[in-house]
Amino acid sequence: MSGAADTLLGQDLLSMAQLSKAGVVEVLEVAEAFAEVSRRSVPKVPTLRGRLVTSLFYEESTRTRLSFETAARRLSADVASLAVASSSVKKGESLRDTVETVEALGADVVVVRHQASGAPAQVARWLHHARVVNAGDGWHEHPSQALLDAFSVREAVCAQRGMPSEGSGASVFDGLRVLIVGDVRHSRVARSQVLAYRTLGAHVTLCAPATLLPRDADGWGVDVAPSLDDALGEADVVSLLRLQTERGSVSHVPSPAEYTATHGLTERRAALLKPHALVTHPGPMTRGIEIASSVADAPHALVTRQVANGVVVRMAILFLVLGGEPSLVSVAP
Amino acid sequence: MAATEGRRTRPGGAVFRSRTRLLSADDVGRALRRMAHEIVERNSGAADVVLVGLQRGGVPFAEALAANLAAIEGTTVPVGALDVAFYRDDVATRPVLPEASSSIPVDLSGRTVVLVDDVLFTGRTIRAALHALSEFGRPGRVQLAVLVDRGHRELPIRPDFVGKNLPTSLDESLLATLDGVELGTMVAT
Repeated sequence: MSGAADTLLGQDLLSMAQLSKAGVVEVLEVAEAFAEVSRRSVPKVPTLRGRLVTSLFYEESTRTRLSFETAARRLSADVASLAVASSSVKKGESLRDTVETVEALGADVVVVRHQASGAPAQVARWLHHARVVNAGDGWHEHPSQALLDAFSVREAVCAQRGMPSEGSGASVFDGLRVLIVGDVRHSRVARSQVLAYRTLGAHVTLCAPATLLPRDADGWGVDVAPSLDDALGEADVVSLLRLQTERGSVSHVPSPAEYTATHGLTERRAALLKPHALVTHPGPMTRGIEIASSVADAPHALVTRQVANGVVVRMAILFLVLGGEPSLVSVAP
Repeated sequence: MAATEGRRTRPGGAVFRSRTRLLSADDVGRALRRMAHEIVERNSGAADVVLVGLQRGGVPFAEALAANLAAIEGTTVPVGALDVAFYRDDVATRPVLPEASSSIPVDLSGRTVVLVDDVLFTGRTIRAALHALSEFGRPGRVQLAVLVDRGHRELPIRPDFVGKNLPTSLDESLLATLDGVELGTMVAT
């Protein structure tokens, strides 16, 4: 993958780095068309009839997996779901053998979540025919989450400004200030968000305890805010991240309560936000730690819109990765 | 091949280069007025009619026909917009993107739906449109109005109302808008 592409058509989705601004906007605009489908009494289209979408989740997940599978069904694709815990993986089958089996069974798309950063890219190298969608790999990336966050932010900002989000391109991101708060170091969501928001033209600031900042943050093209209280008043969008106990976040802070005291979006801090500021959270939320329960349920929190939008954005992703590659089509006649 | 329809192809793939102007804006206006009269004649009025333009090229023609129907009959006809990308049979073999969302303002059940498009070519867009329409109700009847019929049908589909029959060769391309109809070719960017 050299350079950022203007389209996802016929490609794997492994990292947000592979898409240019036009490529990200394409996903958002296709998702708008699927948003219309999702408002119908029968929210289903025949587009991917006969195609097989396989989900291969080596890590637990509720919303991402359910969201991809719902998206596939709404496109009339068949869905095969490999429950790794009850599969031959437990008998010692390698990732490569599992993946080749899945392709031999006729998968057209393999949606992969894996604890190892880079696993989906490796899977893509092994596959001959099927497309790969990265549904989260280690600390590396979670592109579909960043895309649905961007879609939700665009929808909400356009609604505030009284303009339709469809066809608005990347205009609302121009100069938009996004503040990402929490365990950036262990967060694949943060890595994808930084790439997506910056590609769209937004300004990104990170705020985290020093132990939870990535060591290479200097190269990300972002600012780092030392104090959350000071940074909140500047932000148009606050993206909260979960303390990732399964990845050892907790050993990097004195205690969860200490984290809340310095970096939690408490009621007191929520009062520092601009009136129109939006709050996103990829879920699952740990209420009372990174976000106060009352803040999570306030109107500026996009959390439930993010879940609903996750399905239409993932419909767009599956539609695009299974689409015809522009390079394969001759222009004439 | 369907790239010759000039739209419904992804941006950056090709652009239309005009060679000759076949119809002026006035010619298009006159054709639309006649087609509106034909729609009224065929349906004994316009009371049950819903105009549905295909995204995007058909939508301005649907709106123009609605304006003509209002002038003739004094009734406001509902106008919808339909995107057929998700119903096409070639999504895997060709870069297909939705042009814009569908927007159908009324339940189509029992109504006379007039599908409106700019150029009728292979007929595959219309096949997809007939499938897509069924998501919005069960129309009493469906008719087809196109500004230009350029021939080369691949399916048994024929228009009910035609602005102009313009036989073309397969390597040519047509661009039909309210400003006129031009003949040219699609060229790579």
